[in-house]
Amino acid sequence: MGTALSKVKLGIRLRPVAFVAVLLLAWHVAARHQTVPLLPGPLAVAGGIVELAQRGLLLKYIVASLFRVTWGFAMAAMLAIPLGLAIGWYRRSEMALNPLIQIFRPISPLAWIPISILWFGVGDMAAIFLIFLGSFLPLTVTAMNAVASIPPVTVRAGRNFGLSQPQLVYRVLYPAVAPQLIIGLRITLGIAWLVVVAAEMIAVNSGLGFLIVDARNAGNRYDLVVAGMVMIGVIGLLLDIGMRSMENIRSLRWGYSED
Amino acid sequence: MEQTMAATSMAKTVMTPAQGPRSARTPKLRAEGIDMIFARDGTSVPVLENVKLEVHDGEFVCLLGPSGCGKSTLLNVIAGFLSPTRGHVLIDGEAVRGPDPRRIFVFQERGVFPWLTVEGNIGFGLFKLSRKERAERIAHYVTLVGLQGFEKAYPQELSGGMKQRLEVARALAVNPDMLFLDEPFGALDSITRLIMRRELLRIWEAERKTIIFVTHDIEEAVQLSDRVVVMSARPAKIQRIVDIDIAHPRDISSSRYLALRDGIFEQIGLAHKV
Amino acid sequence: MNLLGQTMKWERYFWPLFAAGVFLLLWHFSVLWSHTRIFPSPLDVGRGTTELIRKGVLFNYVIDSLRRVSSGYLSAAALAIPVGLLLGWYPSAAAVVNPTIQMLRPISPIAWIPVSIIWFGVGDTAAIYLIFLASFFPILVATINGVRNVPSMYRRAGRNFGLSPAKLIARVVFPAALPQVIVGLRIALGIAWLVVVAAEMIAVDSGLGYLVIDSRNSGKRYDLVVAAMILIGLTGLALDTIFRRVEKLRSVRWGFRNES
Repeated sequence: MGTALSKVKLGIRLRPVAFVAVLLLAWHVAARHQTVPLLPGPLAVAGGIVELAQRGLLLKYIVASLFRVTWGFAMAAMLAIPLGLAIGWYRRSEMALNPLIQIFRPISPLAWIPISILWFGVGDMAAIFLIFLGSFLPLTVTAMNAVASIPPVTVRAGRNFGLSQPQLVYRVLYPAVAPQLIIGLRITLGIAWLVVVAAEMIAVNSGLGFLIVDARNAGNRYDLVVAGMVMIGVIGLLLDIGMRSMENIRSLRWGYSED
Repeated sequence: MEQTMAATSMAKTVMTPAQGPRSARTPKLRAEGIDMIFARDGTSVPVLENVKLEVHDGEFVCLLGPSGCGKSTLLNVIAGFLSPTRGHVLIDGEAVRGPDPRRIFVFQERGVFPWLTVEGNIGFGLFKLSRKERAERIAHYVTLVGLQGFEKAYPQELSGGMKQRLEVARALAVNPDMLFLDEPFGALDSITRLIMRRELLRIWEAERKTIIFVTHDIEEAVQLSDRVVVMSARPAKIQRIVDIDIAHPRDISSSRYLALRDGIFEQIGLAHKV
Repeated sequence: MNLLGQTMKWERYFWPLFAAGVFLLLWHFSVLWSHTRIFPSPLDVGRGTTELIRKGVLFNYVIDSLRRVSSGYLSAAALAIPVGLLLGWYPSAAAVVNPTIQMLRPISPIAWIPVSIIWFGVGDTAAIYLIFLASFFPILVATINGVRNVPSMYRRAGRNFGLSPAKLIARVVFPAALPQVIVGLRIALGIAWLVVVAAEMIAVDSGLGYLVIDSRNSGKRYDLVVAAMILIGLTGLALDTIFRRVEKLRSVRWGFRNES
């Protein structure tokens, strides 16, 4: 029973790999048969990745992108979460600020590019600002929603035990909203990752987004373009997995009912 | 059979349990040697052990046992939603291989489809009928379960008892031979539960189906059924089958009722005092 | 979570207007006090907007952006919903495809721009493709999850009544999954709106995104830039509000409760 079952399990686990292999093969064949050899096949892309690694650019660009994301995202989180929690807690502030928030939310961070270049010039700060913008409002809204979904009984219980306001915030509010905040952080980190790529395509001289634009402009190196895309996908996925593992911390698990 | 028909025509409000020499009638449902073992995380959990059951046409049978003992599992096996690890179920001589519209399963009121109105739900299984026939059937069952006036309402607008009635109507509308009810009144308050029991018996009187009813409530079992199948805790075996030979409507203060009920209490090992 | 007593009805209108007023005043005065020659004040933006309306540019550009969004978004929905239904129904198929989806998802649609320009050239199609790409994954994932979360009770009841798998998906699974699908559709629309602006900044020459970039490039008209930004915000908000209204109709009737 043991070995037969584990053989079946292995087979099932290999299926997604087989699927990816099939896609890669199809891509390879399609690339071979192009009339104009513009798009690279998977082998060329792999070669591109290796080339970038050898030139030392791969690590440099990844670090640059991660650096910008970290700064922009962290600043946004430090401002947005307390702000969002406060707005969610005080009804009148929510009434006042919600319409403004709803108007600003649909404005793509990229639409801020002219203004950010105006204020910060072309460079790191502009890109970080864009990432900050892309993360700030979603995190604020997440925090607001998290507060709104605290069951009133929880707050009443806290008051019943004679907690003062700051104690209420610290011992009831923060723990109660933590699970939802972490999910919101993960989703917004994904958004920030999308924005950094876009910001780098336009406003700076390093990073994975820049790689994509530069490789094309300076010589139509589409193998490097697609290599950049692949790296973007991989790193975005790793960030997501990393955040998900935070959700598994036992002390927070109560917040996630039957997922 | 003829005895029962004569009895019902003579006294409308008095119903006798299905009579006739048992041995002369082939049972409608026969479950034999049912074992059910669930494999979970590498360990095997035996839930049913060598269960054997016979149910006759038109009977109302209760499966009684504590929560988690496996009676719902048995009902699911009988209905064809689960395959037993061993053993088989024969209904009308045919082996049960999967769910079938001739045997409708009634869940708790959560089983009604929230995106359909009362009419939509009742008419759900009637896609093979013509529009006129479907409308007639729906109207008949709306009246039968007492939901007149709510035809266009959505389940969200109904109370728990009404939703349960809706589910029964939906089940009956396709004219099944057998109804399986899995603790249908569990989510209702106790007053509504008493009302619903009476409703169920009234409906059963009107359309005599074979009913298998799962419950953990001893009173409910003795009030409703012709026979109570008392099951032990997991792995479930059939401990005893009790014939309830009181005619409907049953007086729940009568000495016979209390004797039967107390007998089951003892069987399960419960004292009389709280 | 109200600590200052019940709020009055008029307060629902007062406070937002108050906040907006404060915001505009702060904006106006910071422009004034910083003596900036470039950054527009609210009045400049107002004037810029009227200018755009007079030139007939505003309306056309909004329509262009909406047009692109609908093409990309609707084709994404038309593909993602059936595929999502199938993948949700056959979990083994979903398990096979899932890693690929997870790999492709984090690649910003913007990163696809060079590739899409190769395939479609510069122009509408490239932009629509980007919107399609951006909308596809959220709708797909929401549909798959919606199907997975259909209570098994409904599926069993459907099978009990003798429905074939095709009928089961159409008459039970799809309606039951619909609330979650609709939330996914709403989120995807929001994403599509963000992406159209980005796509227009790079690949085409009309639309609100183009207006943002063009106003700066040809003449540093920051008043028009900000006007365009505000319009982007308002249109996006309008789309989202309409969607939520539709959601409310359904969810109230069916008794589903949805979180945003």
